Amino acid sequence: MQLQTQTRPKVLSVLVLNDRIDAASAIQFKEQMRDLTQSAGPRVVLDLARVQFLDSSGLGAIVAVRKLLAPDRVLELSGLTPTVEKVFRLTRMDSIFTIHPSHAVAIAYGTGG
Amino acid sequence: MALAADIFPDTTFRLTLAADPVAVRAGLARIVASGPFAALSADHRATAEIVLAEALNNIAEHAYSGGPGDILIQLAAIPAGLECRIADRGREMPGGSPPVGVLPQEDLPEGGFGWYLIRSLTQGLTYQRKDGQNRLQFVIPV
Repeated sequence: MQLQTQTRPKVLSVLVLNDRIDAASAIQFKEQMRDLTQSAGPRVVLDLARVQFLDSSGLGAIVAVRKLLAPDRVLELSGLTPTVEKVFRLTRMDSIFTIHPSHAVAIAYGTGG
Repeated sequence: MALAADIFPDTTFRLTLAADPVAVRAGLARIVASGPFAALSADHRATAEIVLAEALNNIAEHAYSGGPGDILIQLAAIPAGLECRIADRGREMPGGSPPVGVLPQEDLPEGGFGWYLIRSLTQGLTYQRKDGQNRLQFVIPV
């Protein structure tokens, strides 16, 4: 998996550069996220704007990352593409994550601006 | 003699692939580029790719338990939508039938979504164990 990070005072942004998080990459994604977020601040924003496809293994990995970060840090999502949004909606996982329309909105959300 | 091909362009697509997640990913890339998929809207293509990913990865993970094996996929564009037939020589479904597919009840589930997605997004799903094969058939409705 190719994950690009950007650190701000209270937010770690992770942009997924791959176009899929699926059964072939879910475990690697989870492990890389665990390593990348070890010294993260209170918010981690996972930007999925480039991810065109997510299966149930990928979804499970994102839920697992959220659990790894709790209770001190929260995982938020941004930029869900139509297929990814559909998987979150059908499984009702859209109700347990804060989902921002874009990464820029996610960053502004934290600063009150 | 091209008449039949003109009337029924690319109605059936067949693919055999190895039962592992990397081969499934490559197989899905060929499936979404196939003739039967071309007849679908973008939204239905997304639905079909989700369902097929779940069905194929389930076979790799459960029927073959991560071991070697083949999966045969046959897709056809029919008036009701995309007809999908999937066969494998792995283990029989526990209890002789596919899971009913309810959403996981725990707060933050990491799995158990696959059959819920398949059941939610398909119609006319049937499963048969015959000649040492699992045969799954369903329609992605349009």
